Amino acid sequence: MAIEVRIPTILRTYTDGAKQVEGTGSTLDELITDLEQRHGGLRDRLVDDGGLRRFVNVYLNDEDVRFLAGLQTQVKDGDTVTVLPAVAGGAR
Amino acid sequence: MLTISRQLHDRIVAHARADHPDEACGVIAGPAGSDRPARFIAMMNAERSPTFYRFDSAEQYRVWREMDDNDEEPVVIYHSHTATEAYPSRTDISYASEPQAHYVLVSTRDDDHTEFRSFRIADGEVTEEPVTVLE
Repeated sequence: MAIEVRIPTILRTYTDGAKQVEGTGSTLDELITDLEQRHGGLRDRLVDDGGLRRFVNVYLNDEDVRFLAGLQTQVKDGDTVTVLPAVAGGAR
Repeated sequence: MLTISRQLHDRIVAHARADHPDEACGVIAGPAGSDRPARFIAMMNAERSPTFYRFDSAEQYRVWREMDDNDEEPVVIYHSHTATEAYPSRTDISYASEPQAHYVLVSTRDDDHTEFRSFRIADGEVTEEPVTVLE
């Protein structure tokens, strides 16, 4: 079972520069745990105590997983998971 | 150094003025590796706030996929400050996530004059850079 995971520029230090890696799992949580085996430190950039980090966007195919089931979103072979750091900021 | 056409510079300023007092935000895409701003993309500020901006996540996905399909990258990421100077704030620095981009800050705090400055932000460090506007 292979799920394609697209990695943004700033997280490619965890994937030896690769913009795409593969993983397995039946939920997003399991997939991230699987990726962590080969790309140590990646999980911590995506997940904190409260679940998926607030300013990281994760998409299952075209949908933001915040509108699905967050870390419990089910994933399967052939899916594409895309990670994009949120673009944000402000006066302070 | 940011080199940008007069037309694109003015579009950023016009967007900031139009959205004042909310912060305006957007991207200028260019061919990957070219460092040339080419395609202006105004983005919605999902926060609609005078002190904070955030790209809507669905819109960001569409724009980033489109750039990828076009072999483009974000060359400029711009936003405005509406009551403070055109300088990256602590939050601007902590959320900056495209190390190759020129972060353009515009300030609309003054009715008569719009400040337009550009910065590189990488690894938590801010470096201001000169801006050349091509007429």
